[in-house]
Amino acid sequence: MRFNRWVAIFVLVIFSAAILLSGCGQKPAATTTGENVIKVGVIAPLSGDVKTFGESVKNGVDLAVSELKDGKVGNFKIEVIPGDDRNDPKEATNLATKLITEDKVSAIIGAVTSKCSIPVSQLAQQYKVVMISPTSTAEKVTLDENGKRKDYVFRVCFIDPFQGTVAAKFALNDLQAKTAAVLYDQGNDYTVGLSEVFKKDFEAGGGKIVASESYTNQDTDFSAILSKIAPKNPDVLYLPDYYQKVSLIAKQARDKGIKAVFLGGDGWDSPSIDQAAMNGGYFTNHYSVEDPRPQVQDWVKKYQAKYGKRPDSFATLGYEAAQVLFKAIETTNSGDPTKLRDAIQNMSIEAVTAKISFDKNGNPVKPLAIIQYKDNKQVFVKKMTP
Amino acid sequence: MESFIQQVINGLQLGLMYALIALGYTMVYGTIGLINFAHGDVFMIGAFVGYLGYSSWGLPWPVAIIVSMAVCAALGVVIERIAYRPLRYAPKIAALISAIGVSFFLEYGSSLKFIFGPDYRVVQRPFRSITWNLGGVSITNIQVVIMAVVIIFLLFLLFLVFKTKIGAAMRTVSFDHDAARLMGVDVDKTISFTFAIGSALAAVGGVLYAIAYPQIYPFMGIMPGLKAFTAAVLGGIGQIPGAVLGSLIMGQVETMTAAYISSQLRDAIAFAILILVLLIRPSGILGRSQQEKI
Repeated sequence: MRFNRWVAIFVLVIFSAAILLSGCGQKPAATTTGENVIKVGVIAPLSGDVKTFGESVKNGVDLAVSELKDGKVGNFKIEVIPGDDRNDPKEATNLATKLITEDKVSAIIGAVTSKCSIPVSQLAQQYKVVMISPTSTAEKVTLDENGKRKDYVFRVCFIDPFQGTVAAKFALNDLQAKTAAVLYDQGNDYTVGLSEVFKKDFEAGGGKIVASESYTNQDTDFSAILSKIAPKNPDVLYLPDYYQKVSLIAKQARDKGIKAVFLGGDGWDSPSIDQAAMNGGYFTNHYSVEDPRPQVQDWVKKYQAKYGKRPDSFATLGYEAAQVLFKAIETTNSGDPTKLRDAIQNMSIEAVTAKISFDKNGNPVKPLAIIQYKDNKQVFVKKMTP
Repeated sequence: MESFIQQVINGLQLGLMYALIALGYTMVYGTIGLINFAHGDVFMIGAFVGYLGYSSWGLPWPVAIIVSMAVCAALGVVIERIAYRPLRYAPKIAALISAIGVSFFLEYGSSLKFIFGPDYRVVQRPFRSITWNLGGVSITNIQVVIMAVVIIFLLFLLFLVFKTKIGAAMRTVSFDHDAARLMGVDVDKTISFTFAIGSALAAVGGVLYAIAYPQIYPFMGIMPGLKAFTAAVLGGIGQIPGAVLGSLIMGQVETMTAAYISSQLRDAIAFAILILVLLIRPSGILGRSQQEKI
């Protein structure tokens, strides 16, 4: 009996030590009193199923901050407070509440995925804090349930309908597809939004949707629905989900003998995607590193020098979100969220991927890029507008 | 018709996968009357060790499966020794709570950066997948491997339990610990052995699961674990053939629901079965209803 107790205590000690150690990564925010400080919260998934998204966004923001002179914009020192939402809306809500009410941030860059950004945007609007989502493409991020604009909320990426529309147009015109099948996650606003618009526009353009199947986030076995799609032999299989789910579906689709070209959205843009399984597939994305635009090439060089890899669109949009925010702070010379909001709304900025301005719904006006996975790398195909 | 046969094969693959996990639940329940909630997480560890075995450590994949089985068998024995044995004569609920604790420990422990880390990993299959088309029905070599492995292990297990001395000891312990001890059976050793076998089967299940659905992460064991548990209850928990039968039924129910009704309902229906079985026939399909002792 005594032996058991010691074993139990030993295990407990090891475990608590592990917890303590893993908690040590977060340094307490430096207190910089006596100076004009503007606090900026960053909410991103730094672990979990889409952690590469969050890491890239954070890298982009960090790079933008490191380029500031003395870490200052105008008279204000910029203090970034990052947080990990693990791609969990509840966690994102807690973080946003903490950033707004305890840390008193003026602006939030984030969240990254739409399902986290939607609850965060409600808080930002309620407490009147500027929020710029780098990468959340769901319409509901800047609009509330009734379609009314949340006027403190902006984003620097395109919205779902835009991706769906361009994907449908690309399938019809460039791939000459006649039939398409769609697979989407019923519980995820992002994939539902993309698939709906794709279906509508593909049929409006004269194509035929031969199958539309949904699954849940918990699913790992897609054999039943893929077996239903296989005999219909679609030209295109539209998979608008994030990279880890898509990797799983694509492999099983090929196992089931589906020969369709895979087509997807910006959720595919990750080094962790199973590139062999996706081979030949196309996706709509915010930008391509091969875009000859000088700002893009300059940015790719800077990022590569600092992080030793090519920036994906999450990094790029994180950087752009920071650029927009810093320009607003510079023009207003203030950390007042309401002034920042007005400045962003009327801004026209030469950002990395394009010259962007914001429409009445807080969305940027800019083209998107079509990229293909080919022989284990991304190949830039073309730029498109709807 | 072909599409129906195709769905039956899909369901069979899933069902056999569940069977490997359900056997572990059922064997442990049979011997000590405990639902080992950590079993799904042992399955996860099996998947990780097997994958690392053939990808990072360069072992041939059948060897990786064996290494993974050995690691999980040892893990199962350690879990029993630390978390369940001290509570064996405590109220049942104490051991159950301890099991849930072990489950969380394994999930969050392996999520730590210096163990497996919290990320989803793409699994590269150890062999190329080949699809054969037999009259409109497609079968992959992965399905064939899975079926072969599951059937081999199932036969081995039946042989072990019904034809060997240790199997006889396991069956004796499942009847009555005290009586077994009086008959000269080492109860502790037998229970450890049961955990080792059950966990080794979970490891096989884990590696095959990762090959069939090529992605692993620390929480991957939860859903298959719950489904397999449901299957074990459906077949009659404590019954080895019952676990297999229940798993095959679960596999078919899930696949057919996804194919002919809706993917949204597959989990709802799977767990509705659990509730119905518990209400209507708590001893399961093959379970004997217990006679009341006066």
